[in-house]
Amino acid sequence: MASSPPPRRSQTRSRDLERYASLFAKRTRVMRSSAMRDMMAITARPEVISLAGGLPDTSTFPAGVFSREMDHIAKTSLAEALQYGPTEGLDSVREQISKVMAAEGAVVDPADVTPTTGGQQAIDLITKVLIDPGDVLICDAPTYPGAIPTFCSYEAEIVQIECDQDGMKIDVLEETLVSLAAEGRKPKFIYSIPTFQNPGGSTLSLERRRRLVEIARREEILVVEDNPYGLLRYEGEPLPTLLSLDGGDYVVYIGTFSKVLSAGLRIGWLVSPTPIREKIVLGKGAADLCTSTLTQEFAARYFAEGQWQEYIAELIAIYRNRRDAMIGAMSEYFPHGAFWTKPQGGLFIWATMPDVLNTEDLLAKALSQNVAFVPGSSAYVDGRGASSMRLNFSGVREDRIIEGIRRIGAVAREQLKLYETMTSTDEMRLPPPEGEA
Amino acid sequence: MKVALLQGGRSLERGVSLRSGARVAEALLDLGHHVETMDLGPDLVSRLESTRPDIAFIALHGTEGEDGTIQALLELLGIPYTGPGVAACQRCIDKSLAKYILREHDLPTPDWVTYSEAAIRDFGAASSFPQAVEAVGMPLVAKPASQGSALGVKVVTRPEEIPDALITALSYDSRALLETWVSGRELAVSVLGDQVLPIVEAIPTDSNSYDFEARYEIGGADFVCPADLGGDKAGEVSRVALSAFNALGCSGFSRVDLILGETGPQVLEVNAIPGLTETSLLPQAAEAAGIDFNEMIEQILGLALE
Repeated sequence: MASSPPPRRSQTRSRDLERYASLFAKRTRVMRSSAMRDMMAITARPEVISLAGGLPDTSTFPAGVFSREMDHIAKTSLAEALQYGPTEGLDSVREQISKVMAAEGAVVDPADVTPTTGGQQAIDLITKVLIDPGDVLICDAPTYPGAIPTFCSYEAEIVQIECDQDGMKIDVLEETLVSLAAEGRKPKFIYSIPTFQNPGGSTLSLERRRRLVEIARREEILVVEDNPYGLLRYEGEPLPTLLSLDGGDYVVYIGTFSKVLSAGLRIGWLVSPTPIREKIVLGKGAADLCTSTLTQEFAARYFAEGQWQEYIAELIAIYRNRRDAMIGAMSEYFPHGAFWTKPQGGLFIWATMPDVLNTEDLLAKALSQNVAFVPGSSAYVDGRGASSMRLNFSGVREDRIIEGIRRIGAVAREQLKLYETMTSTDEMRLPPPEGEA
Repeated sequence: MKVALLQGGRSLERGVSLRSGARVAEALLDLGHHVETMDLGPDLVSRLESTRPDIAFIALHGTEGEDGTIQALLELLGIPYTGPGVAACQRCIDKSLAKYILREHDLPTPDWVTYSEAAIRDFGAASSFPQAVEAVGMPLVAKPASQGSALGVKVVTRPEEIPDALITALSYDSRALLETWVSGRELAVSVLGDQVLPIVEAIPTDSNSYDFEARYEIGGADFVCPADLGGDKAGEVSRVALSAFNALGCSGFSRVDLILGETGPQVLEVNAIPGLTETSLLPQAAEAAGIDFNEMIEQILGLALE
């Protein structure tokens, strides 16, 4: 009888560590774990109310629909669904993607669509094909925290442009482009989430959308429009995508089914001009050959069946209530001086505490009360955001949201009070101004 | 042997504990033990009672696992456990108490003052900051009294930075220390049973010597073991470390962190249950002494059953 191989990897010794350390590529220096990530390990515990995730509420998805589609695949196309597929993606899913995009008013040719393994892979691929080490790219401030490690791993130099409630400040963008040009530099692309931004919750106004596209065309800079949340609008009128405004010459579009169907299916996509698409497909082939054929088949069938809009309407109703519950709780429990965004859609609220509070420290206190959020600093590369936090409302029930916000408010007030006690004592000790007795 | 491996928990060092635990589990299996892995939760006692392990291996860091809580529970259940006992854990986790005890034993440790949240909030303790600055000097280090890692630690160079630094430190514990900042070489001396292991020197690759990341990440710091100190100095550092280990009543294994400054070694803290991850210092020191990880784990079990 053949002996089975040892079931476990061997112990790593310190000289192995040295050996690995000398093997790692330089770019892995930025792929470091952090105290924050270790602290986040606690959020996995069931007693923790985590407002830190970016999770859609997948418990709302009808089980009957899932089994019906899977059953159909089993009966009609099982062998194909279990096989590799083309790197460019299945035609059936590309067609459905263009249909879903049309719901936001964006008209695209399915041939320009490349399905990817989640929107995250789309960010990775576009950075991979465009960025050489040291190249400049521009993004929102704050930006999607998950994009930063991607940009860093390709050794991009990241320049962040401040956002307000109307999204990226285009004046600041123009100034930045001028000062970069003075140094002989030009960004490879501008990455932005114009609609219900993660983490800021802001939406780029129509006027700014027009100006951004104008700048892109004038300066010949690509804009990467990441739009995971556009269909999750709770009020207000939809705005045209940058892609529609531009027509697809200078805007590369990233979409995903993660928030409107399932994050677990891992289906996102890129819409890009042909020369970029060709490089993207080569890059994708190198990365994973193809996105899961099974989940592409599922998505293609699901969207072809035509009930997806009802499901999104259902999600909108649920998330709107959760957003309102969160905003209501913040008004009640957050300390004086705190302020927050009131997003018209999406999954996140961005809250800023009085600036003496550091939200990384506040997180430690909040975790001791079994509630978690994402500290604002993780949405910046330059140390900004220290008093801010990202709060997710889509993945948590209303009663838990209210309780979570109450606890965060309580620890924040406690810290502020302590700080005031210390600093007001300081003031009392200051000598009286000159000329007074 | 049937070993209950306690890991995880809800301390801020949960992540590190899970990594320590994973590594210990491998070693225990290699050694032929039966391993029952347990995360801390409401079912802990019932699981321990139904499992009836021969011993509990405590791979927990930070509060609850390292402060004597779990140790006391295990004593009540009559289950032997690895590492220091209840009282030693309580002395080590409280950096202020540990320093008082070190001073009582004439062991060198930087000057410090301790502030509790209550003293500041209710008794106007902030008015005594000038005296604190006088007592410990500048720069100083503000740190929570009971965190094992570098979370919540800030270096203060001007008196007006004290409130900010204390707010940070007090986010991690209800008490905080202001301690004289001592510049020097960062050393860690692990003790295993009655054996002082070779000294590890941590040379941070970044300039910030209080970088949490440097402690746990491959490539975040350069570790030299044995540290290049010369025989006399190394002997002195080891003697101070062992005295600190004994003064605090540690047994089994622990790690003493020191700074070797101009005036000689000064003890910063004693970690009752130091990290056992791939980049942790105790395993490195053991290896330098010719004790591989599995052998070290076996010794730790043996010491617990003595």
